[in-house]
Amino acid sequence: MASLNLSLKKMSRTSRRNYLTYGLVILAYIILQVMHGSLSSSLKGMLVPICAYVVMAVSLNLTVGILGELSLGHAGFMSVGAFTGVIASTCFQSLIPFAPLRLALGMAAGAACAALAGFLIGIPVLRLKGDYLAIVTLAFGEIIKSIFTNLYVGLDSSGLHMSILEDKTNLAEGGKLIIGGPMGMGGIEKISTFTAGFLLILVTLVVVFNLVNSRAGRAIMAVRDNRIAAESIGVNVTKYKMLAFVTSAALAGAAGALFAMNYSTIVAAKFDFNTSILVLVFVVLGGLGNMLGSIVAAAVLTILPEALRQFADYRMLVYAIVLILVMLATNNPVLRGYLDRAKSVFTGKRGKKEAA
Amino acid sequence: MKKKFLSIVLALALVLSLAACGSDTGSTGGDSGSQTSGDSTGGDSGSQTSGDSTGGDSSSAPSGAAFKLGGTGPLTGPVAVYGLAARNGAQIAVDEINAENGAVQFELNYQDDTHDAEKAVNAYNNLKDWGMQLSLGSVTSKPCEATSSMNFEDRVFALTPSASSVATTEGKDNVFQMCFTDPGQGAKSAEYIATQKLGTKIAVIWKNDDVYSTGIYNTFKEEAGKQGLEIVSDTTFNDANATDFSVQITDAQSKGADLVFLPMYYDVAALIFVQANTMGYAPKWFGVDGMDGILSVDGFDTSLAEGVMLLTPFAADADDERTKNFVSEYQSRHGEIPNQFAADAYDCVYAYKQALEAAGATPDMDAAALCDLMIEQFTSMTFEGLTGDGAGITWETSGAVSKSPKGMIIQGGAYVGMD
Repeated sequence: MASLNLSLKKMSRTSRRNYLTYGLVILAYIILQVMHGSLSSSLKGMLVPICAYVVMAVSLNLTVGILGELSLGHAGFMSVGAFTGVIASTCFQSLIPFAPLRLALGMAAGAACAALAGFLIGIPVLRLKGDYLAIVTLAFGEIIKSIFTNLYVGLDSSGLHMSILEDKTNLAEGGKLIIGGPMGMGGIEKISTFTAGFLLILVTLVVVFNLVNSRAGRAIMAVRDNRIAAESIGVNVTKYKMLAFVTSAALAGAAGALFAMNYSTIVAAKFDFNTSILVLVFVVLGGLGNMLGSIVAAAVLTILPEALRQFADYRMLVYAIVLILVMLATNNPVLRGYLDRAKSVFTGKRGKKEAA
Repeated sequence: MKKKFLSIVLALALVLSLAACGSDTGSTGGDSGSQTSGDSTGGDSGSQTSGDSTGGDSSSAPSGAAFKLGGTGPLTGPVAVYGLAARNGAQIAVDEINAENGAVQFELNYQDDTHDAEKAVNAYNNLKDWGMQLSLGSVTSKPCEATSSMNFEDRVFALTPSASSVATTEGKDNVFQMCFTDPGQGAKSAEYIATQKLGTKIAVIWKNDDVYSTGIYNTFKEEAGKQGLEIVSDTTFNDANATDFSVQITDAQSKGADLVFLPMYYDVAALIFVQANTMGYAPKWFGVDGMDGILSVDGFDTSLAEGVMLLTPFAADADDERTKNFVSEYQSRHGEIPNQFAADAYDCVYAYKQALEAAGATPDMDAAALCDLMIEQFTSMTFEGLTGDGAGITWETSGAVSKSPKGMIIQGGAYVGMD
């Protein structure tokens, strides 16, 4: 009875925190929409990439924080989503004149292909113990970069044409080369909007929170905390690992499609190891398993380098120093105490002792 | 713990103040340079710069209302040399023009894009907030494709010094180039090799994950076929394996190529020269404008680049008055010989000056109004600058430039004109 009571209390605390996250995201959206006229062009231009990075961070947090596996190739999934998303939305260009629907289709296609890629990688790797996922995802990111750097995809009246290494698409008159090998994608329709990004964040949060708070989510966390114990009570380890990993990949794919359709040109080299690490930094800085932290970290760290432009040549130096200071500060017991006290105001009284 | 926290705060304060000082000196660094150079070279700009220095402020500060000229380029990162060269070249032109106290004056703002399309768009938006009226686009191709589509949407006229891909100007009526397009360079190189009879058996080593290299290679191959040149060896590399070229060099050597065409940037070319030298292979080397800069590679034995030919629009050893002044000014400010990126950016600023004067534009006009005037001027005017030959530079309505390249050869550690 006592334990039931405790778990109820605990559940209500996590759901209260989830509602807080939804609330803050919606509030931020409303505030930005109201202020839209008075925002600087610089901030306006960053809204969509921020949304994409937030989704990337939350989805990676699912793998790193909830599943407890290290993924170093999250940008690879973003890349798959970006390229397939743009191909899909270009194909539908003449069929569907309504741009937001095309964007949604592009994101869905990106998510599906990234999920497939995640599934294929997961089959061998998620059966293993240890840090193999980190190594394989690292390689995956590089392989994807190489593939898209050498891939030529064109669209003309007779359909899609594909070739690798050399441009053998031989497009008919009026055809369009969508992916031009090393030249990447050019002339992309810029149909991504802040509203679309906001909706994608909400969908991501709904998916992730519901997964984490479900039976499957508890199984995933059981695998993270103690694999042997989880196996001994009959949890199918590979299945639940796969579930979390594929969900994470699919969300990254959707984010990639959103990101790509915000720019007129994207090259595969954009989604390299550095981008993967950047997203990992968002997750680590925001706190493992802490979705609100990931959101805040992704937004702040995307804006920060731009806000530091006044430092000119010393910009990246200051950026690095800020990162170090944030890490020191968040690990400082005194500051943590303040933070926890502030948190307890929102998430119920004195939850800290039980969690610790 | 309090002590530790305090020390962190203090360290932060110190670093921030350092950085702030740094940025101050950074932005005025070029100006103080110009004052000293004005003294040392005497010459035409001496009197004005000294007049400005007594004013106390920087010499680049315009005396009246000025046109706000903005550009993005890689000021940091692996290809920073291009962004810095373009910024420095443009800064010299702006300082010279402002020192004349004429009707047209400029205020220059270059923002870092680290050779990345996403950052370039951020940098562009930053410039828009600053109130940019005329744009210098971006220095490198891919970022410029992203920013030029913004230029087109916002109706801000752009003249890029060095973004050479065709997609930069394609479909945008208000984006113009000062450099050759990549396809143009490939075709011109093949034509030049054929007409100057530099070789018949050609080897090409190119980078297959790079827009610039691929663009040049494709048209070079096409034009070489037309000109009767035989490509005997055709090998590639990419970013990940750009350190060892023994396979490519052996292939060229074993197939008896007498000229190796290198459509790539100079940093990689330097490695190829070193390796070919150790392998005892000494063909004729032929590069394009990316080869410009090979003599300023750190730790590179410039004697290995002896005899390397390159096609570039700018010759730093030309003996006309303007080039001489520009080169000596650049050298005294930055301690190196300017490359074509600097010269192209310098020309961009002067082309703007000529167009603005001809159109009678004033700095109080907004960007859209200036855009219409500039499109009209650039498609009709003939401009004479450091790059191109005596016939002048003109632009097509597509935004592509029309000027003649110069064949250069490296002799005695310097670029020398071939004809």
